[in-house]
Amino acid sequence: MNQSQGFFKDIQISCLVVGWLLSNTASIILSFRVWGGQSMTDSAPSWFFYSAEMIHSLFLINHLGDIFLEKHWKSVISRSVCDYFFEAREKAVDPENVPPVLQTPHHYLISIYRGKLFFLSVIQTEVPPLFVIEFLHRVADTFQDYFGECSESVITDNLVIVYELLEEMLDNGFPLATESNVLKEMIRPPNILRSVVNTLTGGSNVGETLPQGQLSNIPWRRAGVKYANNEAYFDVTEEIDAIVDKSGTTVSAEIQGVIEACVKLSGMPDLTMSFMNPRLLDDVSFHPCVRFRRWESERVLSFIPPDGNFTLMTYHISSQNLVAIPVYVKQSINFFEAGSCGRLDITIGPKQTMGKTVEDLKVTIHMPKAVLNANLTATQGNYTYDCTTKMLVWDIGKLNPQKLPNLRGSLSMQTGVPNPEENPSLNIDLKIQQLAISGLKVSRLDMYGEKYKPFKGVKYVTKAGKFQVRT
Amino acid sequence: MQEWANQLCENRQFGSKMTDSKYFTTTKKGEIFELKAELNSDKKEKKKEAVKKVIASMTVGKDVSALFPDVVNCMQTDNLELKKLVYLYLMNYAKSQPDMAIMAVNTFVKDCEDPNPLIRALAVRTMGCIRVDKITEYLCEPLRKCLKDEDPYVRKTAAVCVAKLHDINAQLVEDQGFLDTLKDLISDSNPMVVANAVAALSEIAESHPNSNLMDLNPQTINKLLTALNECTEWGQIFILDCLANYTPRDDRESQSICERVTPRLSHANSAVVLSAVKVLMKFMEMLPKDLDYYGTLLKKLAPPLVTLLSAEPELQYVALRNINLIVQRRPEILKHEMKVFFVKYNDPIYVKLEKLDIMIRLASQANIAQVLAELKEYATEVDVDFVRKAVRAIGRCAIKVEQSAERCVSTLLDLIQTKVNYVVQEAIVVIKDIFRKYPNKYESVIATLCENLDSLDEPEARAAMIWIVGEYAERIDNADELLESFLEGFHDESTQVQLQLLTAIVKLFLKKPTETQELVQQVLSLATQDSDNPDLRDRGYIYWRLLSTDPVAAKEVVLAEKPLISEETDLIEPTLLEELICHIGTLASVYHKPPSAFVEGSRGVQHKRLPGSTESGESESPDTTSAAAVSDAPPAVIPSQGDLLGDLLNLDLTPPTTTGPPPPASSGMQMGAMDLLGGGLDSLLGGDLGGSPAIGAGFGAPPAAMPASFSAPVSGGLDDLFDLGGGVGMPMGAYSAPKTVWLPAMKAKGLEISGTFARRSGVIQMEMTLTNKAMSVMTDFAIQFNRNSFGLAPAGPLQVLTPLNPNQSIEVTLPLNTVGPVMKMEPLNNLQVAVKNNIDVFYFSCQYPISMLFVEDGKMERQVFLATWKDIPNDNEAQFQIKDCHLSSDAASNKLQGSNIFTIAKRTVDGQDMLYQSMKLTNGIWVLAEMRVQAGNPVYTVSLKCRAAEVSQWVFQSYEAVLKN
Repeated sequence: MNQSQGFFKDIQISCLVVGWLLSNTASIILSFRVWGGQSMTDSAPSWFFYSAEMIHSLFLINHLGDIFLEKHWKSVISRSVCDYFFEAREKAVDPENVPPVLQTPHHYLISIYRGKLFFLSVIQTEVPPLFVIEFLHRVADTFQDYFGECSESVITDNLVIVYELLEEMLDNGFPLATESNVLKEMIRPPNILRSVVNTLTGGSNVGETLPQGQLSNIPWRRAGVKYANNEAYFDVTEEIDAIVDKSGTTVSAEIQGVIEACVKLSGMPDLTMSFMNPRLLDDVSFHPCVRFRRWESERVLSFIPPDGNFTLMTYHISSQNLVAIPVYVKQSINFFEAGSCGRLDITIGPKQTMGKTVEDLKVTIHMPKAVLNANLTATQGNYTYDCTTKMLVWDIGKLNPQKLPNLRGSLSMQTGVPNPEENPSLNIDLKIQQLAISGLKVSRLDMYGEKYKPFKGVKYVTKAGKFQVRT
Repeated sequence: MQEWANQLCENRQFGSKMTDSKYFTTTKKGEIFELKAELNSDKKEKKKEAVKKVIASMTVGKDVSALFPDVVNCMQTDNLELKKLVYLYLMNYAKSQPDMAIMAVNTFVKDCEDPNPLIRALAVRTMGCIRVDKITEYLCEPLRKCLKDEDPYVRKTAAVCVAKLHDINAQLVEDQGFLDTLKDLISDSNPMVVANAVAALSEIAESHPNSNLMDLNPQTINKLLTALNECTEWGQIFILDCLANYTPRDDRESQSICERVTPRLSHANSAVVLSAVKVLMKFMEMLPKDLDYYGTLLKKLAPPLVTLLSAEPELQYVALRNINLIVQRRPEILKHEMKVFFVKYNDPIYVKLEKLDIMIRLASQANIAQVLAELKEYATEVDVDFVRKAVRAIGRCAIKVEQSAERCVSTLLDLIQTKVNYVVQEAIVVIKDIFRKYPNKYESVIATLCENLDSLDEPEARAAMIWIVGEYAERIDNADELLESFLEGFHDESTQVQLQLLTAIVKLFLKKPTETQELVQQVLSLATQDSDNPDLRDRGYIYWRLLSTDPVAAKEVVLAEKPLISEETDLIEPTLLEELICHIGTLASVYHKPPSAFVEGSRGVQHKRLPGSTESGESESPDTTSAAAVSDAPPAVIPSQGDLLGDLLNLDLTPPTTTGPPPPASSGMQMGAMDLLGGGLDSLLGGDLGGSPAIGAGFGAPPAAMPASFSAPVSGGLDDLFDLGGGVGMPMGAYSAPKTVWLPAMKAKGLEISGTFARRSGVIQMEMTLTNKAMSVMTDFAIQFNRNSFGLAPAGPLQVLTPLNPNQSIEVTLPLNTVGPVMKMEPLNNLQVAVKNNIDVFYFSCQYPISMLFVEDGKMERQVFLATWKDIPNDNEAQFQIKDCHLSSDAASNKLQGSNIFTIAKRTVDGQDMLYQSMKLTNGIWVLAEMRVQAGNPVYTVSLKCRAAEVSQWVFQSYEAVLKN
């Protein structure tokens, strides 16, 4: 620290000698940030040189800042290391804004925020942070999968299973088994019935044998699957992320698509899915089961599916393509200096809906702090204004093209406070059944390798993702 | 904690009897004791419940290590669940209680033979966690068996165990041959085993950089690539990271690896995607740019990067930090994807700030309108930090895209009209930079800025405003009033503002001397007498002395032409960028710092560099780099202060060569008592004011108050500074080679000419010795040059006035200029000369060292250097080695400076000094250089970058010539 003060001082002296002024000083300091970087002053304790594993410890922290679970894959690290995190948490005000990668004198803290919980991992050496973040999300997914939700109460209710899971997922910092199919065979998920049976018979929650999938080259599928009814369902869900400006012009719009599958087929089925218009898909990521070469050459998805629920693929249609925007919004929100009030008038109408009905339409506005209350009339649906969170929510429901929903009225403002500078953005939620707004369509689904006739189905739905209208 | 647990249980007691929280319902008193009793119970069920209680306590951070022996006693059981739970416990405490863990050794060894693979794996895995030498002896045999186990689950667990064991006792692992077994596992039939083997090997290799463990050759690479297709996502990450360390032999191999890695870009796991991007970014360096495949690859890289931005915000953040690097290295990849970086209002702030940064990097003439519209939108958002950065971004756009400057300025003015305090302040700070970039263009807005003077409360904005007022004092009618208003609260201002105010008032005084003497006196005395801040005091004294000794010089110095600020202010230095590209996806890439800054301690740090397309792979082989790079020296990246001071002085003081002679050393001593301004002020103020006693007294006063001890160092320092600043005289003198014979007497009827070239005081000279070896007198000498590469031509006639008698020699110096006709010669520095005398015309050719052409103002500004270095294509980079050079880097730098090779910056990494140098040729060609000097190593490496690549080898020759003489 002393050194760096002296360092800047010298810059200033030299600048003053040459009359080489202010902005240069600024740019030099700036440039040194890049050229130099900080040197680490703390010397590491000797134990530091030991471990080279990736994830050292995991702490689960609730929204109050209590650590309610800790797991160490190597030596125990004192939970005081979390103090650095709490400091950052304090500074960030909102939990969403805590930086995911934090540096402390001896460790790195990499965290994710899921379901009002922080998953905080402690790292001692250079590791790919994405690796850690992906893994943490996978842990959260697994909890979700096992317990139906990922919350503090459900985790503390199942501490032992959670602990077994964590141990099975990571060994010495290397992920061992993260596929839900595989895990479930080694550690059985809790269910009331089994718990009762276990208590009566002395049975256990731990699988006695190794999952079969571990032995084969298709680790995602267990062997010997049998169903009375063989069925395969696919849900194509598209979310529109869009920014629309004041005048109604689309600033950016893109589609995040995902194909979720629920496959309950006996034996080792080999599926092939083809599309009407595979050209749309130039930016895709697949479940490991998909044969990439076939996709590259023939544009079909060929795969031996995992058993049960899984995400077959996700795709992204970028703003360079023309993305249809299903609704338009006419709005005006004004705040007046005199009388400390404001006016709000919003109308929503259909734009490009491909003849389908827009449902579950909802508008959310985060009002400026100065807005005390809202006195509005909605021609359709209900509105609520929560004056502590400043959230105005207008729940519209189905959009009737003949009678456009409108919300208008006045806003009462805090007196004596200057007018809010910022205009609130509108967040739109909506849903359109039986439509993939990109135009994507599955043309056929074939099964090879097994003799029976499965029941097949594909469902489409379009939703609003981060759909924002600026005012 | 106990209370918390109890409370938790109470809350849950209602409906959840079957859950694990029941394990907390023990009484506060004697909890451990109670557990101990239960653990030793005869009933299996009770034992199991007790172990579960122990584990539940462990997860909430309670210390239950006291129960170690009791838990270990439960280990010998045929109940798998109980066994597993005990192992869980052991893994947690074995490290802290190794001695007790030995108690369990027999069970471990037995379990390693169990028919159930799950138990075998568990046992070998847990044993590996116990860090006691004694236990490792017992571990070896079971481990060897497990590595060859028929079950892949056991093998993959055993592979990781080798890494654990290596950490405890590396020698043992080597002696037992486990490393070879591990290497064999890379060819295992099961992809998960391969993945873990690779992971274990890379971990071991990382901790022993010299072990030569991962000797990557085409065969192993092929194995890895095959495994890549089949193994788990995590294993793919290990394999890709491992591949990234390989340097392909040629572009064909490089391409084939890229082809096999590209499918990974479509993986659902973002860490796989980013690791694949790293491999591709690195290997594509080796591909020729005209290859079709190169273009295909570039196109393939964009979609996965864009997709990363639709993932969870934490992933987005890491992705954005990396995209920031990628965009700097290869802007073409994402140039059409601007829109995905547009900010959504509910993005977390850390994502917003990163997106903004990348938007600026991608801003170009084509998309600037869109970008500006977005930025203006952001400037009205709620989050103050974000708004500030958005306003700054507008300024950066103006500086980066010249065509947009006008629109940016008007946008900024709009924002100033909002009167939002922090927006106004940020806007003023950036407008100052815009003034610097486009002088005499936008000064009309000054009036608007001045209106907001009162609302500025942040030091940076105040300082910027004061700078503007000082800089444009002649255009602002009431500049003196404005500055005076700041002066009132001088002592309450921050140092930044004080310094700026001092400078601004001195500028004002130099521009409008008549009206502002009082003001300048006031500020000088405030700065020198009443301030405790040494910077301020020093600056005050220096101005004072400047004004008193030589106001003309003061004017030259204070009002000197300022270099334009360059486009990108925060580019990453090219070598660091190259290194970071090799580390995409790591912490280094998130912090944009070299990896050596992260890996604490003695793990060897390998400096990775991108492979060049022109170089063969040999020089980059991992062996040589790792051997050279192991060093314990802590990274010291901040250049030494002395250098910096010198740099800056040289940088800026060289131009005002007309400053006049430096003040004599004795003048420093006069300061003590005499009128500081002396007669100097007269010339500035004109006759009518010059004699005014008031001024003399006013300026004369402060030195009396100055402590006597203070004057000497100040004057000494001043002289030093001026010596440096006088800068015309070169510290070492330009190097010139000894004379060589250009024209032997035999070929020129008795006239022998030997000569050399030199650059003295900025003039290129040809120094010749003419010797008459003939029998007759020679007269009527004249000289002419043929057209040559740099337009060298004699600046005057050859001055041989007296006839040259037989056996007489004469020294002639011929000044040259560079305005002659230009024709490219081969070699480039060849000069064909014709000399005439009364006997005949003779022709000869000689080669001049290119360092003659390095001009005195060849010092590039840092920022310009960075931008230029980046801008010049890599194809133009040439690398040379200078052998047997024993100078320190500072001495070398000094020596080179004598020949107008200027060191702009110096950086030390692991004992290796990197000097960044620039030189400019007479015809305006810039040559940029990076010289690496390793202490104790007589071989220097010089990398040269120049738009005209053909000069590089001649520049290198000059380097060698200068350094070796």
